[in-house]
Order: sequence, then structure tokens, then C-alpha cells
Amino acid sequence: MNHLQRRTTYLAAVLVLATAAVAQKTSIQLPPDNPLSQIKSGTGDDAVRKNCSICHSTDYIVRQPHLSAPQWDGEVKKMIGVYGAPISAADARTISDYLAENYGTVSAESKKTEAGKH
Amino acid sequence: MSSLDRRSFLRTWGMTSAAIATSLWGREFLVGPKLAWAAEGSEDPLLAGRPLVRYPGKTDLILLTSRPPQLETPMKYFASAITPNEAFYVRYHIPPPTQVDLSTWRLKVTGHLDKPLELSFDDLQSKFPRASIVAVNQCSGNGRGYFSPRVFGGQWANGAMGNAEWTGVRLRDVLSAAGVKPGAVDVSFNGLDQPVMPTIPDFVKSLSVSRIMDDPNVLVAYQMNGQPLPMLNGFPVRLIVPGWYATYWVKHLSEITVLDKEFDGFWMRKAYLIPDTPCGCVEPGSAPAHTVPINRLDVRSLMIAPTGGERLAARKAVALKGIAFDSGYGIQEVVVSTDNGASWRPAQLGKDLGNYSFREWSLQWTPPRMGRYSLMARATNRIGESEPSEALWNPAGYLRNVVEHVDVTVA
Ligand code: HEC
Repeated sequence: MNHLQRRTTYLAAVLVLATAAVAQKTSIQLPPDNPLSQIKSGTGDDAVRKNCSICHSTDYIVRQPHLSAPQWDGEVKKMIGVYGAPISAADARTISDYLAENYGTVSAESKKTEAGKH
Repeated sequence: MSSLDRRSFLRTWGMTSAAIATSLWGREFLVGPKLAWAAEGSEDPLLAGRPLVRYPGKTDLILLTSRPPQLETPMKYFASAITPNEAFYVRYHIPPPTQVDLSTWRLKVTGHLDKPLELSFDDLQSKFPRASIVAVNQCSGNGRGYFSPRVFGGQWANGAMGNAEWTGVRLRDVLSAAGVKPGAVDVSFNGLDQPVMPTIPDFVKSLSVSRIMDDPNVLVAYQMNGQPLPMLNGFPVRLIVPGWYATYWVKHLSEITVLDKEFDGFWMRKAYLIPDTPCGCVEPGSAPAHTVPINRLDVRSLMIAPTGGERLAARKAVALKGIAFDSGYGIQEVVVSTDNGASWRPAQLGKDLGNYSFREWSLQWTPPRMGRYSLMARATNRIGESEPSEALWNPAGYLRNVVEHVDVTVA
């Protein structure tokens, strides 16, 4: 091997090492659901916690805008109909009512007046 | 409650709950009691009251959801054109993989092909020419939190985006090596993320064969800004579709399937649809008659400095700065108004990192007198597309592009 060849081989080896520098095994540990994303307490909150945190954390609920009762009901129906959420008809009603009450447009309004009192 | 009262109320509330959270949750993950407040320039409680959290491989990001993780990039990171890997936003529909072993990981290329392939991580790096591109990755729902009327979905402010140099191999080189058979129509992409229940459709997306074969910029990337991809941005490889919304940029890519018919998976046919109208919009609150899968990015410009609510000094020059981007035609011009849209001046464009990249812009401004100012920037691309002055609307909260206002006080 002449000098130039040796040099090329050396460089190639360095390049292979450089590109192969990614560790073979990579792993991460994901944190538990964030405590700041707990739902409000209220009538039906147990049904919500039980059914609505199977596939995702409840911050999917608490970080949504306050929308109307029919919109929330539609969302519950979507979880059951589209994603196959295993939720009984009775629980689904309780959950829709809870969501309209605690994260609905009406509750947003009443909250404003309540806040105005302080 | 005045907006100031509301803010201090939120701050107190946030600090208390963050303190509780830290004790329950362990310090690695919750960076309390810091919260993403006025820095994000919003008085909306949903957008302003969001905690900062730290996930593996990531710096402090704004929490949308913990499981699966959706984390937003604070706006300060867009002060320069390249977004650092650790600050790059995170968006999953179903849980990400938490472990990848490269010694067994393979990218399967199957379907309507002459010779299906199984490529190792080394094969990708050694058997195909290397290609790089700087490109914006923006979530379809970026800015959804500003929609009016509001809609369900991740309430992102404007930080569900990032710009990076992606390095890998051209997808068309991979497909050519596998020999695409005549009659191939679509190519579907699946990653290592897995639904928690079999009734949830797996996250699979598709592109047409011609979209891929005509575009040398569609990559299978194994590097992001010269580094391995962070796990939460798609390690070990992800699809790069410059100019198109991030929903196509499948993370942890593991299966590429060439189909001899149109792909009809849930995430193409039932989700990520926009109104089939020239603006992709409908009358606010109404439903579109026809829809199509979301595709290329709208033109956007964002002012990064000053931030909303900032106080400036009269007769002292400041630099108005920001970024602009489009779907790959390139930014032609950015104009800035400091008088609520009455007059506009061209900004100076920064270094050109390629048509698919963020383009920095800046303009010196000396506030003439005390008072409140609404600052605006509007970008136009090389085919004359720009941003409307009033936001357009669609039911899923996609495609936000509007001349955004940054309100500042000169004192
Ligand atoms: C079978 C699994 C499953 C269950 C159980 C479930 N969801 Fe979901 N949910 C999903 C999936 C999948 C998504 C979409 C995730 C994404 O895009 O990030 C989602 C998204 C959402 C969203 C965001 C808006 C949207 O439509 O994408 C809301 C709000 C929501 N779920 C509320 C609920 C509520 C309320 C319940 C309890 C009644 C519930 N979910 C139970 C699977 C489920």
C-alpha cells in the first residue's frame, strides 16, 4: 500500500467510525401523566377519569377550549364510534353531562361572572 | 376581572399547582414553577397558562398533552433560522416507541415491487447517496389555538413548527433500488409508534408514487442538524416531505409499502382533510361540502422580536425581526407595518438557506412617540402567494396563515 492509499484507507475508516457513532440501543423513559392536567372535580368525574384516560392523558380534555354541550357529546361519540372507546351508554351520558358542565360554554360564562365578583 | 388581574390570578394559580406537581412528579420532567406565560404573548388562559415540561432529549417545552406527548416550542427559539433539536416540537397521535435497537431495526420496503428490501441503518448510510435539505416541518394544526370560533384539537399557539437540516437518502433512490412495478399508485408509510388499543387506527400516511419520483427532496432522514434524531422526533429515521405539512413526515419510519391502488387508511381518508375550496376555508362555523387531504404549506411570516406586550422606548431604534416561509417556491419579500397596516416597508431578508427553509428578516424601527402600536409583517412568495389580513377558517383548525399582530407599548 502506498502512502496515498494508506491515507485513503485511514480516512475511510474514520468516516465509517463517524457514521457508525450512533449507539446500537437507544431508549427513553416517558414521564407519567402531568398532575397539572387533572380534570376538575364534579359530578361524574370518576367516570371521566376511568374511561377517558385509557388511551390518552386527561389533558386532552382540560386543554380543550370550552365548547357547547352538543360539541362535547359529539366528541364522546367520536371516541366510541371512531376509536372504539369501550364505554357503556350510561357512562357516556354521565361523561357528556360532566364535560358540558365543567368544560362547556355555559360554565365558561358563569365562571366569568364568578371571577368578576372577586 | 381586568386582563392584568386575570394574568396575576393565573400566575398565582399556576405557581401553586406547579409546586404541588413538582413534589408529585419528580424534577426531571417538570420544570416548575416556571410556566410559559406572557413570553408567548397571549392573554388567552388556554394558551398562556401552559406548563413547561422536560421530556427525554428535549429542553423545556410547552405542555399540550403528556400521553402521548404533544409539546410546543417556545417562540424564542425562532429568533434564528435553525431550530435546535432539543427545542423542536413534539406531536404524537399514538404512543412513541421508547426503545430502538439498531442491530435488529430494519426499514422494510415492500409491495408492488420487483425486489422488496430490508435495509439496516448501515445499509441506508452506505448503499445510497447522501442527501441534505433545510426544510420547515410544521404541524397542520399550528396556530389552532387562535381559531375563532374555536375548534377541538391541540390548542397550539404558533410553536408547532421547526426548521432543520435533514440528512439521509432520497426516497426515490430507495424505491428505484427496489424496482417499482408498472401500475404502482400510492406509497404508504408506517412507523414504530403503536396504538394502545386495536380499535385505534395505526398512524399510516401516504404519498402518490409520482409525488415521490418527481421530487428529489423527499428524504428518509437519519440525521437532524448533523445529529441522530431525538427519539421524540422520530429516531432512527423519519420521512422528510419538504413543503408539505408535518402529518406526512412519518416518524420512526419502519415500513414503506408500494400499492397498486389508492391508499385508503383512516389518517388519509378521515383525518387531516381540508375543504376542497381554493382557500381551503369555509364560512366560520360551517361544514365543507367536499374535502381533500391537506398538502402544501401556506405562506407565513411571524415576528419574533419584539414579543407581544413588550415595552419599548420612544425615539430609540429597535430591530423588528422574524421568520417567513412557504411551501418551497421561496420567499420573495416581507413587508412590515408599524402603524396597524396603514403603510408598509420592505424588511431586509437574511441568509438564504434554500427555498424550503425559514427565511430570517429584519427591519430597524424607531418608535416616534409614546403610545400603543400594532406591528405586522406580511410575506409573499415567488409565485405571489401571501397572507390574508383576516384569518380564514376551517373546521379542523388547519392551515393558519394570517398577517399576525404584535401589540407593543412605547413608553
Ligand atoms: C379507545 C381509545 C380512546 C379513549 C378511551 C378515549 N379517547 Fe379521546 N382520543 C383518542 C385518539 C386516538 C385521539 C386522537 C389523538 C391525537 O390526534 O392526538 C383522541 C383525541 C381526543 C381529543 C382531542 C380532539 C380530537 O377529537 O382529536 C379529545 C378532546 C378527546 N380525545 C376526549 C376524550 C374523552 C372525553 C374521552 C372519554 C369519553 C376519550 N377521549 C376517550 C382515543 C381515545
